[in-house]
Amino acid sequence: MKGPRVIFLIFFVIFVGILCQGLYNIHPYGEPRVSAMDDYFINNAQSERAANNVVTSIVFDYRGFDTLGEAAVLFTAVMSVAALFRKEE
Amino acid sequence: MRPLSIVVRTICNIFAWFVAIFGAYVILHGHLTPGGGFQGGAIVATFIALLLVAHGGKSFLGWVKKEIFSSFEGAGLVAFVCVGFLGLSTTFLYNFLALKGGLFGSAVPIGPNAGVLNSSGTIALANIAVGLEVVGGLSAILIFMFLGMRYVSEGGKEGVKDDK
Repeated sequence: MKGPRVIFLIFFVIFVGILCQGLYNIHPYGEPRVSAMDDYFINNAQSERAANNVVTSIVFDYRGFDTLGEAAVLFTAVMSVAALFRKEE
Repeated sequence: MRPLSIVVRTICNIFAWFVAIFGAYVILHGHLTPGGGFQGGAIVATFIALLLVAHGGKSFLGWVKKEIFSSFEGAGLVAFVCVGFLGLSTTFLYNFLALKGGLFGSAVPIGPNAGVLNSSGTIALANIAVGLEVVGGLSAILIFMFLGMRYVSEGGKEGVKDDK
């Protein structure tokens, strides 16, 4: 044990400590401490956006800008693959 | 990539269409069932991959051109942005079609129910646009990789055969 391995060990111990602290303070399963946003979507999404699938109405409407970014990421990936496999002139 | 045997090709000819129909169902029912544009587009791209593997690249590229998939991809992304800009009188990506009647504007009953197909406004349009983009994008990746593989195996400047 010498050199960078000691540093790795120190950071690993700190990481495990943070994880254990988080597990100690975790809330019981299925009982979120803050549920205002969930309740809003569950109660109002069907009447506001007229879609039965509340997840889709969040992904494509309430957070549509995020989905636009995902689509742009896919577009960029396809462009980079096309640039990688292009034919040499 | 050589075409696979007659058994594989026959089974592919029968069952690939079910894959395509299932993918189209997942895209078009994105506002009712789990799934949506990304997932259904990946399923339809699986259909393209199945055809490409079973029938070989040469006959597949004889049926469709690769520019079709590139144009699908661009058209899908542009359609998504256009759906966003159409609601710009309120905000970007505002659902201006919901609850207005017409093809996409039916209201749904509150609570668990079987669902109304022509509801949800721009959500369905955005699903179709994203589905078109994912179909085109993933199929274009497959075809570009196939063309690059063929280029290498035929011995280009950076090809495998030149290393001998």
